[in-house]
Amino acid sequence: MEIVNMKLSVNGKSHTLDVEPEMPLLWALRDELDIKGPKFGCGIAQCGSCTVLLNGEPVRSCAYPVSGAAGQKVITIEGLADKGRLHAIQQAWIDHQVPQCGYCQGGQMLAAVALLKKKPKPTDEDIDAAMTNICRCGTYARMRTAIHAAAKKGTRA
Amino acid sequence: MSTPELTSGMDRRHFLKISSTATAGLSVGFFVPQSAQAANTPQLNVWLEIEPNDTIVIRYARAEMGQGSMTSAPMMIAEELEADWKKVRVEYATAHENLRTKRAYGDMASVGSRTIRNSQEYLRKAGATGREMLIAAAAQQWGVPASECKAALSKVTHVPSKRTLSYGKLAAAAAKLEAPKDVKLKDPKDWTLIGKSIPRVDIPDIVTGRVKYGIDAQVPGMLHAAIAASPVFNGTVKSMDASKVENRRGIVKVLNLGTFVAVVADNWWRAKEALRDVAVDWDVGEHGTLSSAAIMAHFKAGMDQPELAVARNDGNTPDAMSKAAKVIEAEYFTPYLAHATMEPMVCTAWLQGDQLDVWCSTQNPESTLAVAAATAGVPQANVKVHPMQLGGGLGRKSPQDFTRQAVTIAKAMPGKPIKMLWSREEEIQHGLYRPASLMRFKAGLSATGKAEALHIRVCAPSILATLLKLPLPKGVDGQAVASFNDHPYDIPNTLVDYAQRNTNVPVGFWRTVGHSQNPFGRECFIDEMAQAASKDPVEYRLAMLPNNEKANRDRAILLAVTKAAGWDKKLAPGVFRGVAATDGYGSWTACVCDVSVNAKNEVKIHRIVIGIDPGYAVNPDNIVAQFQGSVVHGLTAIFWGENTIKDGRVEQSNFHDYRMMRLNEMPKVEVVIAPTGGFWGGVGEPAQAPLAPAVANAISAALGKRIRSLPLKNHGLTLARA
Repeated sequence: MEIVNMKLSVNGKSHTLDVEPEMPLLWALRDELDIKGPKFGCGIAQCGSCTVLLNGEPVRSCAYPVSGAAGQKVITIEGLADKGRLHAIQQAWIDHQVPQCGYCQGGQMLAAVALLKKKPKPTDEDIDAAMTNICRCGTYARMRTAIHAAAKKGTRA
Repeated sequence: MSTPELTSGMDRRHFLKISSTATAGLSVGFFVPQSAQAANTPQLNVWLEIEPNDTIVIRYARAEMGQGSMTSAPMMIAEELEADWKKVRVEYATAHENLRTKRAYGDMASVGSRTIRNSQEYLRKAGATGREMLIAAAAQQWGVPASECKAALSKVTHVPSKRTLSYGKLAAAAAKLEAPKDVKLKDPKDWTLIGKSIPRVDIPDIVTGRVKYGIDAQVPGMLHAAIAASPVFNGTVKSMDASKVENRRGIVKVLNLGTFVAVVADNWWRAKEALRDVAVDWDVGEHGTLSSAAIMAHFKAGMDQPELAVARNDGNTPDAMSKAAKVIEAEYFTPYLAHATMEPMVCTAWLQGDQLDVWCSTQNPESTLAVAAATAGVPQANVKVHPMQLGGGLGRKSPQDFTRQAVTIAKAMPGKPIKMLWSREEEIQHGLYRPASLMRFKAGLSATGKAEALHIRVCAPSILATLLKLPLPKGVDGQAVASFNDHPYDIPNTLVDYAQRNTNVPVGFWRTVGHSQNPFGRECFIDEMAQAASKDPVEYRLAMLPNNEKANRDRAILLAVTKAAGWDKKLAPGVFRGVAATDGYGSWTACVCDVSVNAKNEVKIHRIVIGIDPGYAVNPDNIVAQFQGSVVHGLTAIFWGENTIKDGRVEQSNFHDYRMMRLNEMPKVEVVIAPTGGFWGGVGEPAQAPLAPAVANAISAALGKRIRSLPLKNHGLTLARA
């Protein structure tokens, strides 16, 4: 199977890619398109540092073939703010000083955005179920607080 | 907080332009010499520049890896400068600038929780010097005595006439004045920044994805390298066959570099995939049979070693032990642990002729520079180390094994910038592990339960002797006996001895180092002593603390934490409690943990109350964050953390078998900050010290049997969801 010139929409911008269809989306983004927000953590879809939104759904891009994203909408952390206006989750992350090293936080915020889209007022159990990415710095308590805070303020679509 | 310029400042220096084209996805970047942008900005000293628009640029000379020092160190300068924090922008100092200025920025390493405690004085003095120069410039302009002028919020005011001038307007004149030799530092009671929770300067760029980590370095024409070192530590390449991959798409070169092999490609995934199909025959020497069982036997043999290094010898312990009414003895064990920083080892190196540029996630940029220069065989003055944010450090990114590898590859590919990135498997299987340690405790108690004698014998590898190749004073590795050789308890006869038991498993500094493991043994055994004496574990500790400055801090933090935890209040049925008190990294800590254990051996942590006396609490919210995070780091190790050795190699390879704690397991953590003033202690590492023993003591109470080894999974215990 040879796909040449795949089309990929990332953060509202269209890209044409000539890569192996099985190349993980993460490495197409990072090393072909220079979109560095999604991070490499494990390569086996365990940690979620590479999380991006694919048509609004969180996807662990290190184990997701780029061909599976062709023609669809990819959002990375760089594309979360709307013309410089921070998403409610980003603002809550600042207000509650969530990140420490920050490496996993792009993926964490995108997972939280997807959660709030499905459940605008999530319970602790909803947060437990949706927020499965690893944070080695241990920012979990603040993430929970920040998600509740963003939910309280209400998020835009 | 106005900080959006933070990385644009960094971008200007290191990545002036990054643009991507829609068609090819290429990046174009170039660099400007650092002097070009700063040429016209008045510099009061190496630490600070003041722009005409009142923006104050404060240099930060250490790494930022989540510990928050990039905010709290500049706070030191801003406090004394009387700067308006809203107008402060923080920029990295560089190792090459430090080399050029004969270390004007001092030590640049971010290790040992020591950024603030080791640099606070010269940072505050730099700020105070700037303040005095600005005041002098204003006084000169007004023709008034400097003593009639006051500085506050980036302005100098002539008090009698109420005239004011902003720092931006004074900077050019101030920069021409001679710096005062002696400056007076502010009285702590007059601090306006230190002690306030100041938002971290790097967080706005983290949440937008703008911040650049080592892994994000982008250089024109850059290639990517994936590497594999011998699966058995210290092995070498006997032979390599790369014929299966050499003609694959994107593969540029496959290199046999003696102790490791590297695939260089135009995309890291292509390199990593190809690496799997490079056949390597490793020469592993005599080390291919090493096992965890053999290592344990090696440690146990140390217990009976005839000559041991003596780390502490108060009184006459054997004699007191023989006269004791009651003697108790126990052995404790802690395993090897890999760091598992979220960002694996990564370093980009570009050797052009005899000029070398390095972009590296490093905790020690000066060491990076020295190792890079030596590896490339170029003068140190020809090396530039470009600062990057670290995706976690945890002690692993201080030693420069990975820098050496990256520069070795770059040397084999002259003229080509190479980004070398480790896989997670490489990271877990080629760690510089927290040493495993076997500890034997023996206590002699009087008839009333008073501790008369304590003998602690440690059998463990030496980080200092093997990693740093340092001579050990009297044969003692201070990390191996930390919290034993300096225990605060009034036990008249104390003997601490050490058998250095090195193995082929390389060891290194893992967050909290010796204090991440030894307090587990010490404070659990103190609990055993209290139990043998039929005493309350808090009362028992308090009674053993003498009346001296150091022990008074132990007492104060133990009292503050037990009070916050309600130690004297009755617990709900089925809930049990553990306590521990420790000191380390210049701070004093204590922890109380409440648990219950159900029939399925699930440990429910109801509450962790953990506290610190860091002397001065510089940025309290950051201390809370460090403690919350340390609890996660600690619980991960306590419940699951273990690297085992089979056939000379580490058995674990990724997060599926080297388990990390997740959000749904996060217990309730209450942080008590109880600064007593007069000293400066660290905050990034101390929290783990009292955590493990408090948790283990609580679980031991719940189970009615002693937990004497970690991780808890080996006792059939799991952590219940929060």
